[in-house]
Amino acid sequence: MSQPDPSLSIANPEPKDTDALQKLGLALAGLGTLVLFLSWGNLPIPHTLGLILAIGGILGGISLYSYRFYMKQPPGIKNNGVWFKSLINRGVLGWIVGVILTGFYVLLYWYPEMIGFKPEGNEGLVAMFDPLSQFFKSTSASQWFVYGTLYTLAIVSLGVKFLFKYRHSTYQIKRTLSVMAAQLLMAYLIPEILAGLNYNDVTTQEGEYLGYYNTDLKNTWPLDYDFFYDWQLDAMQEEAYQPMGVLFLIIGIAMFLLVTPILTYYVGKRWYCSWVCGCGGLAETAGDPFRHLSSKKLSAWKLERWLIHGVMVFVFIMTAATVYGYFWNTGEVFGLNIYSTFQQPYGFLIGATFSGVIGVGFYPMLGNRVWCRFGCPMAGYMGIIQRFKSRFRITTNGGQCISCGNCSTYCEQGIDVRWYAQRGQNIVRASCVGCGVCSSVCPRGVLNLENGPEDKRYDMPPIIIGNDSIQIDV
Amino acid sequence: MRLTYFLNFEQNKSIRTNMQHIVIIGNGIAGITTARHIRKNGSDDAITVISAETDYFFSRTALMYIYMGHMKYDNIKPYEDWFWTKNKIDLKRAFVEKVDVRHKKLLLHGGEQLAYDQLVLATGSKPNKLGWPGQNLKAVQGLYSYQDLESMEHYSKDLKKAVIVGGGLIGIEMAEMFLSRNIPVTFLIREDSFWSNVLPQEESKMISRHMHEHHIDLRTSTELKEIVGDANGRVRAVITTEGDEIPCEFVGLTVGVSPNIAFIKDSEIETNRGILVDPYLATNIEGVYAAGDCAEFRQPNGERKPIEQVWYTGRMMGEALGRTLAGKKTAYRPGHWFNSAKFLDIEYQTYGWVFPDPKEHEADFYWEHKSGKVSLRLRWDKNTEKLTGVNNFGMRLRHHAFDKWLKDGRTVSYVLAHFRDALFDPEFFKRHEQAIVDQFNLENNTHIQLKKKSWQRILALVS
Repeated sequence: MSQPDPSLSIANPEPKDTDALQKLGLALAGLGTLVLFLSWGNLPIPHTLGLILAIGGILGGISLYSYRFYMKQPPGIKNNGVWFKSLINRGVLGWIVGVILTGFYVLLYWYPEMIGFKPEGNEGLVAMFDPLSQFFKSTSASQWFVYGTLYTLAIVSLGVKFLFKYRHSTYQIKRTLSVMAAQLLMAYLIPEILAGLNYNDVTTQEGEYLGYYNTDLKNTWPLDYDFFYDWQLDAMQEEAYQPMGVLFLIIGIAMFLLVTPILTYYVGKRWYCSWVCGCGGLAETAGDPFRHLSSKKLSAWKLERWLIHGVMVFVFIMTAATVYGYFWNTGEVFGLNIYSTFQQPYGFLIGATFSGVIGVGFYPMLGNRVWCRFGCPMAGYMGIIQRFKSRFRITTNGGQCISCGNCSTYCEQGIDVRWYAQRGQNIVRASCVGCGVCSSVCPRGVLNLENGPEDKRYDMPPIIIGNDSIQIDV
Repeated sequence: MRLTYFLNFEQNKSIRTNMQHIVIIGNGIAGITTARHIRKNGSDDAITVISAETDYFFSRTALMYIYMGHMKYDNIKPYEDWFWTKNKIDLKRAFVEKVDVRHKKLLLHGGEQLAYDQLVLATGSKPNKLGWPGQNLKAVQGLYSYQDLESMEHYSKDLKKAVIVGGGLIGIEMAEMFLSRNIPVTFLIREDSFWSNVLPQEESKMISRHMHEHHIDLRTSTELKEIVGDANGRVRAVITTEGDEIPCEFVGLTVGVSPNIAFIKDSEIETNRGILVDPYLATNIEGVYAAGDCAEFRQPNGERKPIEQVWYTGRMMGEALGRTLAGKKTAYRPGHWFNSAKFLDIEYQTYGWVFPDPKEHEADFYWEHKSGKVSLRLRWDKNTEKLTGVNNFGMRLRHHAFDKWLKDGRTVSYVLAHFRDALFDPEFFKRHEQAIVDQFNLENNTHIQLKKKSWQRILALVS
């Protein structure tokens, strides 16, 4: 038994002392992060060395720290002190991180030159990623390449942490390995390799740019709202990109038309939101410590339904106008300019501001699933299927609920799971992303994610079982 | 249209004149469930719930999680604050000093009086103090109320060691709480292993081992003799019956709870250890009822104790009493026993009766995974082969399955053959049913074959 933390009270009571290996891990991760900031400030660090220090330090440091931290304790739920910590309880640290993240997104979307992106030759942070970009596709890095690399790094390194934290739950382990692999392969390596093989993003020797299309298989319309934009459709049909271009066009259409409804019918929207999706991947790994910050109020649920379905209708109208404009080549629909009326506002308000700046930047304020809960049109679309035509539900285990509230507290989607569990009712909610944490944190074995017959999915017993006082009239 | 309006208006008026004032003392699970079920069953009576503890209903079983930082007070309130106004349930923060059953009124602290037509006593329990020297020193307490939690938080500052006396559910919860703050715990229990007056030996040993894994200093067969104070009247050590002196700045007394009924002792309401009630939860006084921890049944229900101090039983009494007070007279008839707990990282559920030792007519089967953290025990009647109870640790089982199987009088072979229907572990978890059935077949010379999980059968269990 280690000695008690002298600063007990509300400060920061870590369950165990930080040992030498943990300190080494923290130092490595800190060094990696420091290198990123220093390169941003144009400190002359050799690019390749800087990259190795940054990526290696963050990945290695976080893995080492979390390995030591969690493996020293018996497997089980690790929520001690969650509400005492400044970073994840809207304290000073939380606000600092929130401002930094938000600021980073603002620069990334609207002022990429401020992080060093210069078409005539990168500087600073973006320049440090040039060697990696050169390695994949023989071009210098863009701000999006930097973002993609850091995003993947966050999911993989904090995914490793999540794996140690939830090592007692096979469901959490498999789900996390899946989001990590989906991000690393589908969103990062495969697109970069395809570009390297000249199947995408090619500028010919004559200096003609052949166009760019989305090669992240899992980034499905309507989350990928520009799938039907003319530049994207043109690039997918570009001769030099075949057969990949058309293959991605066909797969992209099949994804939202067939794969999504079929899989959502069988297993719920979780197959996407918490097993595959990149936004979900970040939320479940880097965002996991912030999951309790989501609002569980009924009023938040009401707002959620208006917002998410509003965005969904917006994307449907925008896409319909886009497709109309593409085939009839008008540029206008009902006299409205398609770009300035539909595409531009959607891209600015939803694509950048909502999903990026607010969606991730506000993790420390509003929780890790703000975008997924209030904005994502893909989640809205699957939510409707999940709610009305699916085999998925969270089963409540009879009368075992003690109303403790762990399930609701740790629901990142702000579902008041307890409301259902304490009346013995199954949980069928459009917004549930199937992360399974309610089931994990339940101390009495009450909740279970299941796929079963649609019949009786909404089972609402007239009484909670275990009490024969009340006879049911059948 | 207009005529109907008037008719309804008249009806409402006539209901109003008959409207009663139901007062419930105690806003715990029993009192609140009673209030909710009065409304659910369509009664329009005025309802007032009085509590001296908190403004709003909270989950008492979740108090530990506030201390551990898993939740805040707001998180353990099962209903948002608007819920009570919406359901016209008045919440009153007050301390009831006396009940005057002759004039049907309550005397509140501060002199206020409150009249009632029907009264529900749902005042819960108080931690036991068994008369140890020094038991009233500062930082010597149980854990039951919100105030107990506040006090625990208060005394946790500068706390270097805590001693917990009494090896039950609250004791191990308290130990887990201190461990979450890195405060070493010494745990004194009278029995030779943890909770062995309720759990069979193997399960009790399993939890004892798990406590050691968490660095709890468990002292078995050890009792408290005396608590020693310092100059400021705060505990500084305990002395065991063996004469050991253990320095500590906090003593948790978790040797059970007793009905919290001191305030009615000199009323005409009949009491024993608890408030004596009939199957309708009615006391000897017309219009006065009791429910939850503080009620004592004149005739115990089957194997159940006359005083049931469990969350679930408090809720079930509330469900029955709420109906009665809404005009649908309903006796409290609990179904098959069930319970659950979590010992540090090991979850526990039980359905039916599993006593520490099998009764004479009972046969017993125990399986334990080699990890020493997952187990299953079955008990059944030797003559009829019918299942009588199950204990599962580190493994989740479906309440509906066991409730129905116990009701239908299923045999142990039936239960094992259909065991997959009852599994409630999350997807992809390692399944143990084959190992369990193999061991059972070997020990009992049977040839039980596991059936595939059937949703059809599972759904039939629910209805």
